[in-house]
Amino acid sequence: MNVELFAPELTLTACAIIVILLDFVINRKGLLAAVSIAGIVISAGFTIALWGSSSQAIFNNMLVVDNFALFFKLLFLGTAAMLILASVDYVSKFARFQGEYYALILLSTLGMMLMAATTELISIYVALELTSISLYVLVGFLKDPKSTEASLKYLLLGAVASAVLLYGMALVFGFTGKTQLGEIAQAIQAMSPQAPLASPALLLGIVLLVAGFGFKIAAVPFQMWVPDVYEGAPTPITAYLSVASKAAGFAIILRVFNSAFGLPNWLSLDWGLIFAVLAAIGMTLGNVVAIPQSNIKRMLGYSSIAQAGYLMVGLATVGFSPAADTLGQSGLIFFLASYALTNVGAFIAIIAISNKVNSDLIEDYSGMGKRAPLLALALTLCLVSLTGVPPTAGFMAKFYIFNGAVQHGLLWLVIIAVINSVISAYYYFRVAKVMWLGKPASEEKVPSSGALRVALSLSCLGVLLLGIVPSSVIRLAELAAKMLIP
Amino acid sequence: MSFNYLSTIVFLPVVAAILIAALPKLSDALIKRIAAVFTFIPLILAIIIFLRFDRSSSAAGAIQFEENLAWIPSLNAFYHLGVDGVNLPLVVLTAFLGFLVVLISWKIDLRVRGYFACLLLMETSILGVFCALDLLLFFLFWEIEVIPMYFLISIWGSGRKEYSAIKYVIYTLFGSALMLAGILSLYFTTGSLSMLDLAKSGLGAFTPVIPLSTIFFLLFTGFAVKLPVFPLHTWLPDAHTDAPTAGSVMLAGALIKMGGYGMIRICVSIFPQVARDYASLLVIIAVVSTLYGAALTLRQTDLKRLIAYSSVSHMGYVLLGIFALGQVSLTGAILQIFSHGFITGLLFAVAGLVMHNTGERDLKKLGGLARQMPIIAVVFSVAGLGALGLPSTSGFAAEFLVFVGSFSSTIVSGIQVYTLLAILGVVLAAGYILWMIQRVFYNPVLEQYNGVKDADVLEKIYMFAFIAVIMLVGIYPAILTDIINLGVLPMVSLLG
Repeated sequence: MNVELFAPELTLTACAIIVILLDFVINRKGLLAAVSIAGIVISAGFTIALWGSSSQAIFNNMLVVDNFALFFKLLFLGTAAMLILASVDYVSKFARFQGEYYALILLSTLGMMLMAATTELISIYVALELTSISLYVLVGFLKDPKSTEASLKYLLLGAVASAVLLYGMALVFGFTGKTQLGEIAQAIQAMSPQAPLASPALLLGIVLLVAGFGFKIAAVPFQMWVPDVYEGAPTPITAYLSVASKAAGFAIILRVFNSAFGLPNWLSLDWGLIFAVLAAIGMTLGNVVAIPQSNIKRMLGYSSIAQAGYLMVGLATVGFSPAADTLGQSGLIFFLASYALTNVGAFIAIIAISNKVNSDLIEDYSGMGKRAPLLALALTLCLVSLTGVPPTAGFMAKFYIFNGAVQHGLLWLVIIAVINSVISAYYYFRVAKVMWLGKPASEEKVPSSGALRVALSLSCLGVLLLGIVPSSVIRLAELAAKMLIP
Repeated sequence: MSFNYLSTIVFLPVVAAILIAALPKLSDALIKRIAAVFTFIPLILAIIIFLRFDRSSSAAGAIQFEENLAWIPSLNAFYHLGVDGVNLPLVVLTAFLGFLVVLISWKIDLRVRGYFACLLLMETSILGVFCALDLLLFFLFWEIEVIPMYFLISIWGSGRKEYSAIKYVIYTLFGSALMLAGILSLYFTTGSLSMLDLAKSGLGAFTPVIPLSTIFFLLFTGFAVKLPVFPLHTWLPDAHTDAPTAGSVMLAGALIKMGGYGMIRICVSIFPQVARDYASLLVIIAVVSTLYGAALTLRQTDLKRLIAYSSVSHMGYVLLGIFALGQVSLTGAILQIFSHGFITGLLFAVAGLVMHNTGERDLKKLGGLARQMPIIAVVFSVAGLGALGLPSTSGFAAEFLVFVGSFSSTIVSGIQVYTLLAILGVVLAAGYILWMIQRVFYNPVLEQYNGVKDADVLEKIYMFAFIAVIMLVGIYPAILTDIINLGVLPMVSLLG
């Protein structure tokens, strides 16, 4: 095995350890963020260097290095970097444990990178737990009652979801006798078509897998934890949960369902239909419940449930399309990239504003257009993108993913999705309205640090670029999606 | 490679918007100058294109000044701009209004930076809609306009501005959602986003994902909200009335024209068969729009609201001309779009001046202003006469063509009756326009308006520019109809 194939992960691990150790000896905690960023940049450099080569398996086929995994690794690294930049101000809220804060972010990123690369049930579980356990701690980092409650809730529900997932894996393993995704696929295809129907174990296993992963991506009906956890967690972690953790969930779902359950066709139609139904319920519920929210983090929590619904339209497309067609996969991957940029941008603006006004209530954003015009502009842009209005990434992403869905006979789902997009305009624009038309509570300007401004401008630039000239990223997404075809 | 006229025209305003928004410490005066320069150049370029446009009959249906680049290859989407006889007049119109609204806005002093950024962004959006020949690009530009318009109305407007602004956004988003659904289903049916290819090849060879007539009406409804067509017009009086003067001018002059343009370029060109099948229904809607709009206009007592409702009526003629589906009627519809842009633009501009100088827009409280503001009174009367279709104004030429064309159209049965009914709209228009002029300018002179200002030099300049175009097209309509004909001919041949 070549070490360089594992270099991105190794770098990140080393960096996490260095950050914890450094925390003991230095007083200028800003340096910790700088070291973390440096580690991420190096790791991203290694990742980019690996891009384009053919798929290579490492650790006895437990992990694979291919464009699909690399695309997601870059996505996680980029998100983590932006949120660390945005955290520089925020961490002043907790004087101690800053080293641990950054190290845990790095470790959960590591877990997600492994999730994107695993091709085997047990290592999937290990990677998932590495991600989740880091996040359980991070959610409780504020140590106030709300944050603690959020953390406990997330831990308990997460543990249940893990158990469900493990049970599902056990059933799949019991049915096929394999843990390798590729071998599972072979085992299923080798059976007579009646075998899976005769014993419901495989289907039950798949349903339990959907439930377990559904928790990660906040799919209805496994979304109960979202509003409370999003509200209670430190805002950068909320952003991280809503973006990176969700993307990791989708990465692993794509990998598992594509590689192991992609054939025979009736099987993929079955789980495609499950995802289609979950998508329809998810977007509708998320959007409708988001409307009355008065706390912006809760609102974005429900919004992320709705966005997960749109993303699942992509999963449903994957299920409905023939195995050689990658339109669903690449649509999903592109949507994730634009969603990540958009939501990170929105949360960074929220971090900056809530740092000053010390509140997450939408009414306290009143008059932000006057107090912090650039922050308000950036947040407006991101909300516009979440709605899916051109010329932003959100529009292109929806266009692309819906395009795939209709081509594979999911017109009904796309109609529901388009109606939902219109509903969502109401609550997204309400925030914009409060910011630009409301009376400011005070004339005081809202300051923001240089690091945060860098992160915010990067994400806004990305949102516009993906909205106007998306072709290069679509190309990358297509290259990544091709890797999923066995 | 030749100079990319169209891209330059479309993007210069947004470049200025970015400059204005991004450069710190610009003085208000400098911002206004930047805006003026960056809208004046597109106007000059638009006029150059207009003069260099090949008018020979061999150029019928040909796209000129074409720019075609791969944009999103995996979606088969192209960055495809070009002008033919249908959209060239509209590009000129928008470039013209884009420059004039900057002059009209010269006295704005509230949040100048944001105001001009919004105005310029909107100009790019409208120009883009008129130039784009790719459906996705078209939709992209179509949507950009919503947000600047929302802010223009809600921040710099008057009256119930927030209500009007949000109403505008909701109607627009509703319309564009339907339109997007239409574009998507068209795309899923054919795999192509090129308006030209779709119009050329026809849809006969494809199995549509949903019935073609459904796609047609999804698109039509999207455009009808914008035009606006009865019963989807209720956003318009509110938005026009409460928008700032420049916003009203742009909205009435260029923005709602996107609806009419979309109907011609997409609904009629791509779905000629469906358009024929449903033409009778749409012509009836046009007549209802015309008469209902005119009837409502008659009972308005608010100066701006009156002009706004008259737009509903005048856009009814456009709809009538389009779905009479004759060569002359289509030409008339496009000329009416152009002419109405200038006439109503001028009406709103002058109404804005009256409002600004007297602080009043209630017709009951105005009167006798011809004495106190003679120049404004003359200009307003000229614009009013244009609106009621007096010969030698562009309004006459356009309405004449629409009515003659519709009356002689062979495609819709019974069109003569509908045309005659629609002509009643002209009679009503004479009523409300003359009545309005009388109530504002000619009743007994009111003491409290002694000493109100008349138009100053800048205002005279732009009023003169408006009137020059209105008279030029009125006296010599062939300057436009020759060009429009070239664009309409291939469409008519499809209609058979």
